[in-house]
Amino acid sequence: MDRRFAESRFPGTMKRGALLVAACAVLAGCAGGGARLRGTGDLGVVVERASGSLVVVDTTARAALGRVEGLGDLSHAHVVFSRDARYAFVFGRDGGLTKVDLLTRTVVRRVLQAGNSIGGSISQDGRFVVAQNYDPGGIKVFDAGTLEQLADVPATYGDGSRRSKVVGLADAPGNKFVFALYDAGEIWTADLADPRHPRVTRFRGAGAQPYDGLVTPQGRYYLAGLFGEDGVAALDLWRPELGVRRILPNYGHGEQKLPVFKMPHLRGWAIAGRNAYLPAVGRHEVLVVDTETWQEVGRIPVRGQPVFVIARPDARQVWINFALPDNGWVQVYDTLAGKIVANLQPGRAVLHMEFTARGEQVWLSARDDDRVAIYDTATLAPVATIEAESPSGIFFTSRAARIGF
Amino acid sequence: MRAAAPASMLAPVDPRKRHRWFALLAGTALAADAATACAAPAAADALRTRALVRLVRQDCGACHGMTLRGGLGPALTAEALRDKPREALVATVLGGRPGTPMPPWRSLLTEDEAAWIVDSLKAGFPAR
Repeated sequence: MDRRFAESRFPGTMKRGALLVAACAVLAGCAGGGARLRGTGDLGVVVERASGSLVVVDTTARAALGRVEGLGDLSHAHVVFSRDARYAFVFGRDGGLTKVDLLTRTVVRRVLQAGNSIGGSISQDGRFVVAQNYDPGGIKVFDAGTLEQLADVPATYGDGSRRSKVVGLADAPGNKFVFALYDAGEIWTADLADPRHPRVTRFRGAGAQPYDGLVTPQGRYYLAGLFGEDGVAALDLWRPELGVRRILPNYGHGEQKLPVFKMPHLRGWAIAGRNAYLPAVGRHEVLVVDTETWQEVGRIPVRGQPVFVIARPDARQVWINFALPDNGWVQVYDTLAGKIVANLQPGRAVLHMEFTARGEQVWLSARDDDRVAIYDTATLAPVATIEAESPSGIFFTSRAARIGF
Repeated sequence: MRAAAPASMLAPVDPRKRHRWFALLAGTALAADAATACAAPAAADALRTRALVRLVRQDCGACHGMTLRGGLGPALTAEALRDKPREALVATVLGGRPGTPMPPWRSLLTEDEAAWIVDSLKAGFPAR
């Protein structure tokens, strides 16, 4: 029992016996009241993009626990979790950065840190959250406890007077962050050994219009997709002195420019065994790439333009959702059989998919049906739905323990 | 009459235009008004109109922001578009902008629908 707690609540002249009784009463009150002890490892949040709120969900009960409101513009919001998985850091489009307590479902702190933001990340040691911004272009570093701003790194380029939109921010081992400059065609790394003075390394000429990036699951490679040319920019974070290389020379929309109705997200690049499964840009294909040679080894014809291509955590299945006009469909690819094994219609406008940590369930947001569909990944059958208003991103606390999320 | 652009996206400047898309949205039989107002896509088709509003807010919003204040793509607020010629904007919607991620929407939108979207953006786009 925490004696300081008891004393602080019951200061003054109380005798020890009375104090003990009173403290027990307080604890009993707690146990009987709303604040039952529970963990957060099976919790998550669903972003309600139109209403600026989150639904806190329980993946064991397959139920919504409650809603947290007042988070601003959450179109294209991103969420990361504290290393104890109790707090969610929500990065909104309007530059809002909000720290939410999943247990009390309240806003702990909120700052408006930019005019137009696209996401953020949390450091390896959990002490810092970093926001990536379109306007003013750059990244900002915050104390994860207080949200005090520690550093501002403007994404300047050219003669130094212009600022680029920042995309593809990812955390990397060594308390480093990696990101790409959309307008400048550069990749930067920022080392937060001294969080008030991040040490930035610039890699110029990385490629034209990088639009998203990711760190591979073990944290070694940073890969940025390029919109302005074919190929992927790759930086080996173990050997940064080698600079940015170009891999997958045919990755992109190629000579025949096809309309791309939604930029594919790279964060979900599925890696199964030595193969990576990537969304082709503007084509109705998923590309299969050997991650040791970075050579394309196959193409899987799919129903539409893929947006997310995400592996079930055991990598036996790869789930794929699509851009307009095929965004009501989800396909499941069996990596052993080498074929599509299911064509699902979880709802209208499926924006995102999130697997539970060990992959027995997948949650899919059906924006235009105002609900989240939950599928059993063994039977490929829907098992529950949760109502949410225009749901988009789904984020489970298991992300707290993963590199590059 | 075209003073400071409205902060609220529900407050278009031109009352005639407001009347027009209000009629479209409601899908009501303000036939005389709707018929004279413009070559709107199937004025009676409230469902399609709602789908268009949703498309702009949600799907165009993926790049331009759901509030249309910009993102990877530029802002599409009435103020931002004030000096841009209507026909050029319609052409951009239908044909895209080479060299940028703006795709041609011709396969998903008719010319009338693109024109309706541009007019509505210039007037201040409806929220839903």
